Amino acid sequence: MTRRLLSGVLMGLVVCLACNASAQSDSSQMATQVPAVSPPAPVTNLTAKDTENDHGHSITLRWTKSLDDGAGTGAVLKYDIYRHTTDGGPDSLVGFVASGESKWEHQGSREKEANDYIPDYTNFWYRVDAVTVDSSVRSAATVVGPVQSSGQWYNTGRTVVLIFVLGFGFATLFFVTHAKKGKDLYVRPLAGLEAVDDAIGRATEMGKPILYVLGLGTAADIATIASFSILGRVAKRVAENKTDLIVPCTDPVVFAVAQEVVRSSFLDAGRPDGYKEDMVYFLTQNQFAYVGAVNGTMLRERPATNIYMGKFFAESLLLAETGASAGSIQIAGTDEVAQIPFFVVACDYTLIGEELYAASAYLSREPLLLGSLKAQDLAKAAVLIIVAIGAVAINLDWPVFKELFKVVN
Amino acid sequence: MKQQLPIALVFIFGLFMVFQYFVPHETSEEAYEFLLDWIVIIGIFALGLGIWSLIKVNWDKIAEARRNNTREWFYPCVTMAGLLMIIIPGFYGTKDGVSGFYFLSSEGLQNSFFRQLFNYIIVPAQSTMFALLAFYIASAAYRAFRARNILSTLLLGAALIVMLRFNPYIGPLSPIFADMANWLLNVPNLAAKRAIVIGIGLGVVATAMKVVLGIERGYMGKG
Repeated sequence: MTRRLLSGVLMGLVVCLACNASAQSDSSQMATQVPAVSPPAPVTNLTAKDTENDHGHSITLRWTKSLDDGAGTGAVLKYDIYRHTTDGGPDSLVGFVASGESKWEHQGSREKEANDYIPDYTNFWYRVDAVTVDSSVRSAATVVGPVQSSGQWYNTGRTVVLIFVLGFGFATLFFVTHAKKGKDLYVRPLAGLEAVDDAIGRATEMGKPILYVLGLGTAADIATIASFSILGRVAKRVAENKTDLIVPCTDPVVFAVAQEVVRSSFLDAGRPDGYKEDMVYFLTQNQFAYVGAVNGTMLRERPATNIYMGKFFAESLLLAETGASAGSIQIAGTDEVAQIPFFVVACDYTLIGEELYAASAYLSREPLLLGSLKAQDLAKAAVLIIVAIGAVAINLDWPVFKELFKVVN
Repeated sequence: MKQQLPIALVFIFGLFMVFQYFVPHETSEEAYEFLLDWIVIIGIFALGLGIWSLIKVNWDKIAEARRNNTREWFYPCVTMAGLLMIIIPGFYGTKDGVSGFYFLSSEGLQNSFFRQLFNYIIVPAQSTMFALLAFYIASAAYRAFRARNILSTLLLGAALIVMLRFNPYIGPLSPIFADMANWLLNVPNLAAKRAIVIGIGLGVVATAMKVVLGIERGYMGKG
């Protein structure tokens, strides 16, 4: 009985092993039965040139796709790019692109220590292989070269920007010179700025301070620079009216500059003794900690006027709503488009976008500064005309006009 | 000299920044990066000034409160305590198995007490302040959407449509809300936004030009 059982088990094992061997044999036959892929047509018209408008260390390859890429046998899976450091010398794979592509930039590091460093002014040769699903089946294009990479001294793709900047610069200089001659320049009234004087007067009458918030921008932001100018003029009037000023800052550089601006303004107003070190102070670089501290100041000091000028983010409404609930007159100005609605809702007066930049000229009434506003108006008229022509050109399917304004970054 | 030197420096570096935009060469790039590094260096020195200002202002407040015998010393004390509580653990760490104060390396940032202060006090406090925004938006919206005149009624109508479109229960019921809201956002809203952005762009260039040319000196406190 035991013998029968053992022989049965052995038979079963033999059958299992036989079946397994048979299955393996079938799968190996299947593998050898994959139809052989024939080499695809190679890429043609391969060119290698220095990449335009760059800092160097980059070479651009262009080619006409293989006839078997997306057409013909459709066998091309990718293109392998090889580089030779000497003519006919050994090659190395430097990159690959998927089928369908006909351009590749060999961008290298400019750091000599980096693995992908490409030295400028050094000869290289390139080759592009059309590769099939079987990577050993491929077609190589003719090697092209020599080619050298080099950096350019002028970005031709930004010519349109240069023309606009020069045109705008000349217009600014023209109007500034015009203003110097004493010509009267009309500037439309800006309610927000008209209110600054009243707001300072109100603070003086109430014997309460003015809170000036420069926003969360750094000293490198143009909005903050514009805000410094406004702060200078506000501080001058504050000094003349013998009112208190509070300027809490969130950026240490902004704090250092703001302190200097306020000190100079008090000096200019002939009241250097009125300046106190603690008028301008640094709080924190943390956005919401700053909000907490400024809101606390608003609720404790109850300033008569809050002025928010500069770059603001999520804290704009937190500050403005607290100021509104504290009963302060509020004037705001920012170039952050997303924050403008919050200020419009919560503040009494809001300078929208460019009005922030016009504020300094408007408050000082200096002809030199007013002259630049005229240049801005002229530029806006030019932009309006270009937009109108552009709309017509696009609708008439006239791409030349669009191409004129193409900027390469 | 005190006036002319800053103006000359602003002119030179301002002009360089303009040219740098049009010159992609690596020499220009390296000079640009070098100047950006200086921003960080100046920022670090200015941070020292900032912390000094914070300590001085709060110390003066405490001293004044003591002189006048008022209770206004409390918040400055909290600020000073907070400053010390985050600075001291921030320098205390373990390096190569040795615990101590490391002022020239960042071991202190791995200190568990410092991390707990950050994770369980600073982060929740920040989140709380940010969350308050929802209530502030509601109160601001209530004020803004009162139908006082034709313009504010239009604003109210537009806001209602956009709010209904994004309402998870009402929005999906009808494609009309989606179409109307998309039109409002993509046509009148986008047109106004672009007009503001173009104005801002021109204002930025004009202000930068005035600063570089020394016409605008307000940033030096000179009107």
